[in-house]
Amino acid sequence: MQPLTFRQVDRDILRTMEPPGRLYYGLLALVLAVILWGVYAWWYQIQTGLAVAGLNNPVGWGTYITNFVFWVGIAHSGTLISAILFLFRARWRTAVYRSAEAMTVFAIMTAGLFPLIHLGRPWYFYWLLPYPNQRNLWPNFQSPLLWDVFAIGTYMTVSVTFFFIGLIPDLATARDQTSGWRRLFYGILSLGWRGSDREWRHYRSGYLFFAALATPLVVSVHSVVSWDFAMSIVPGWHSTIFAPYFVAGAIHSGLAMVITILLPLRRIFRLEAYLLPRHFENLAKLIIVTGLIVGYAYLVEFFLAWYSGNVYEHAVFLDRATGHYAPEFWIMVTFNAVLPLLFFIRRVRTSPAWLLGISLGINIGMWFERFVIIVASLAHSYIPFSWGLYRPTWVELSITAGSFAWFLFWFLLFAKFLPSVSMTEVKEQLPEEAG
Amino acid sequence: MIRPGVVGIFADGGQAAHAVTTLRREGFEGFEVYGPVPHPAVEAALEAGVSPVRRYTLAGGVLGCASGFALTAWTALQWNLIVGGKPVVALVPFVVIAFELAVLFGALATLLGVLVHARLPRLRPEVGQDPRFSGDRFGLLVWCEADRAAAAEAALRLAGAEEVRRV
Repeated sequence: MQPLTFRQVDRDILRTMEPPGRLYYGLLALVLAVILWGVYAWWYQIQTGLAVAGLNNPVGWGTYITNFVFWVGIAHSGTLISAILFLFRARWRTAVYRSAEAMTVFAIMTAGLFPLIHLGRPWYFYWLLPYPNQRNLWPNFQSPLLWDVFAIGTYMTVSVTFFFIGLIPDLATARDQTSGWRRLFYGILSLGWRGSDREWRHYRSGYLFFAALATPLVVSVHSVVSWDFAMSIVPGWHSTIFAPYFVAGAIHSGLAMVITILLPLRRIFRLEAYLLPRHFENLAKLIIVTGLIVGYAYLVEFFLAWYSGNVYEHAVFLDRATGHYAPEFWIMVTFNAVLPLLFFIRRVRTSPAWLLGISLGINIGMWFERFVIIVASLAHSYIPFSWGLYRPTWVELSITAGSFAWFLFWFLLFAKFLPSVSMTEVKEQLPEEAG
Repeated sequence: MIRPGVVGIFADGGQAAHAVTTLRREGFEGFEVYGPVPHPAVEAALEAGVSPVRRYTLAGGVLGCASGFALTAWTALQWNLIVGGKPVVALVPFVVIAFELAVLFGALATLLGVLVHARLPRLRPEVGQDPRFSGDRFGLLVWCEADRAAAAEAALRLAGAEEVRRV
């Protein structure tokens, strides 16, 4: 294979932004149809009332909150790859970070919908914002739900800004090599970037500090989400390991989603020269680490329940593994903690088919993890009188399907309108003479 | 008033950096280097120093942290209502809000710092700009009076410029 040159990089990446073919429009139409179906289900729920969802006493949090936690989790690995690996100077992140960051932005846009969907009167969502009511009573800042508003709001703002900052030099390249409306579009988005030494100097300094700020942020966000549960006294939720357990799970699911999305992207856009097998292998190795942490957390949860001597904790965990939600529980254990161990085998982590299969499995497993933690705990807390089962209704399943389509819709637009691999950072790593 | 200048176009950032050093030795002042990627040799040759953007980050972070505590404590004091048996001004849970606002304000201040110091957004193209500078070429613009332009051109060519033009 010819060594890459600056010009070749521009040509290859800009080619992915050329007008799409019929397959793309077909996929877009399908995705839009699913979104519309989800919107219809939500509209039906608003008109009829939350009772159309399967939510009731004692399970007041179900599929919507599961989706919320799942999508916030998916949003995590983008910032992990773009910020933490940047600070560690892991050079292999270059090719994958742009798509991972885009994934973060779209996942958090999806996650943000669910607290609204979960509201009985979604038009009052602004009650969560810190402003006083007519009696000068402010929101209660001791409530984890309000911490969540701040954590998710900050994460959304910072990840969008970080994503945009990273794009600026690439947008300038796109501006200079396109014509017509595209030139104007990229010209405005690139803020008139010229690549002068002054711009680079402040840009790089700013980028470093963004990465330094995003790193503790990413850890804090899923910790705060986990405290939505851990701060309560529900058996199965009230646990000190929740923050690290949730953060590891979030990165686990996010990495799996990166692989799930990048493999088809690489194939369709013929980016084999950029997204190397080594990159996927490194992602798979990271998944081994997060998979082991998640597996360890599952064990520690059971150990804590046993060692606490608390009968309610005992009962909840016994019920998880053997009760009504046992199938979901065993899907979670198998797909999240056992399946990723196959990545220890080199042949598995270098084969696209295995990579895709296992990452899809982890995506499913992580969704069920959230479902098991949320639903199985609420369904079986304290006295048997208050036990009750929950199953999602067609409304919840339709909105869930719509949320996946919504995420994919944004990703499809991203793949066609923005460079899905950072041209600038790829060039930076090329040898000197490639210019 | 537009100052006259000479632009040299280089295939390699190292050559541009070398040209900066040579021209400076010959008494030229005022350079702009353009390129598709930041180049360490160019930065060293220009001796630009540390970017002040980090002060924005610090100021934003400190301001955010302070506003987080101020907002939570002040609003809690508006109604002296004891919730969950905790003090009205409960510092531990307020750390979460203060932390998130520190990151938020720090990030927004960093963005502001980058925009202010890199002088973005820029509406009009700069003098001597060339679309190749975002592709695979580096440009070196030297500000100089008309009588010294010939000397600058010669120095740029000697340093390996592929193309030299006056602006």
